Amino acid sequence: MKCNKCAQRAVFTMRHYKLSLCETHYMEWFVSHTGQTIQKYHLLRPDERVLIAVSGGKDSLSLWDVLIRLGYAVDGLYIDLGIDGGFGYSALSHQKIDAFMAGHPETRLHVVDLAAEYGATLPQIAGRKRRGREKPCALCGLIKRHEMNRIAQAFGYDVLVTGHNLDDEAAVLFSNVLHWHTGYIARQAPVLEERTGLARKVKPLCRAYEREVAAYALIRGIDYIYEECPYVEGSRTLMYKGMLDQLEEEAAGTKLQFYVTFLHAKKDGFFRDEEALVELHPCDTCGQPTIAPGSCAFCRIWKEPER
Amino acid sequence: MRVVFRDKSWELEGKMTVKKMLEQVGVIPVTVLVVRNGKLLTEDVLLEPDDEVKLHAVISGG
Repeated sequence: MKCNKCAQRAVFTMRHYKLSLCETHYMEWFVSHTGQTIQKYHLLRPDERVLIAVSGGKDSLSLWDVLIRLGYAVDGLYIDLGIDGGFGYSALSHQKIDAFMAGHPETRLHVVDLAAEYGATLPQIAGRKRRGREKPCALCGLIKRHEMNRIAQAFGYDVLVTGHNLDDEAAVLFSNVLHWHTGYIARQAPVLEERTGLARKVKPLCRAYEREVAAYALIRGIDYIYEECPYVEGSRTLMYKGMLDQLEEEAAGTKLQFYVTFLHAKKDGFFRDEEALVELHPCDTCGQPTIAPGSCAFCRIWKEPER
Repeated sequence: MRVVFRDKSWELEGKMTVKKMLEQVGVIPVTVLVVRNGKLLTEDVLLEPDDEVKLHAVISGG
């Protein structure tokens, strides 16, 4: 099969776009496509200070690489959760980020070491909590959201970027629709606008298939952590991704259509974000915004007695 | 040919396309990238009996 743009052999086909490209043209296409997403949803402005949350995985490292190629000044944030999983998952993730940064000396990496900062790793604190004992994923999300915002605010970044891809967004939407979590559905978007004490959060890969991101990382030679988080096995999100993959195999473009038509419906006022109307209060411990007066959910993790 | 995917591997006889190979090993094409000698392959590429190909899981990392 030939590249649709030149006479070279195609290496990657995107059935949903009816497009097959060689290595060179795929690299160009992916950078340009991400740039178009940034423009379309007004995610970033050229002069902004950008902080990207990096995990050492393909999505965050590829996005960091693309944003640098697009000319943005982007620093990284790595939250070391102290996950081992029998193969030093967190340590290996950190190594991949360091290797990436060796090729980008203009960037800076902020590291939050959870154990050093708060006295316990994610597995340790999760083991002490009823909500985290089975799976620490809910606590993980809570900790990451809090720490990402804390570092963005403390160092004066204009915007916080995450590497969520289309498959992530489609799986979350699928889950929220199945359970009719209308509040969550209303809040899902490529950009979460800034509020007092909360940095603006954007997802420039929200229209990029996970497969497209993996192809970019492979062709570009980005050395990312291939192993999944040891806690992901058996997760609902993985199950929904598997179901959506089956639909995608049968009908190319299903995931993209599911997500993009949702965004159109949202723009047309189909969903109302009630949470945006809720008054926020500063946490009495860390000062970050929280819905209920008192301590925020993050600070309560470390204060509550062990169970 | 030898096909490797995570901790599994298969030995398949004869020539076949990438698409046919994925059918034989029972892997959904959209969930993997097919790599030979470090290069990505499209589904129409004809694999030779002495090829070794790696299936690279799309969902991975982070």
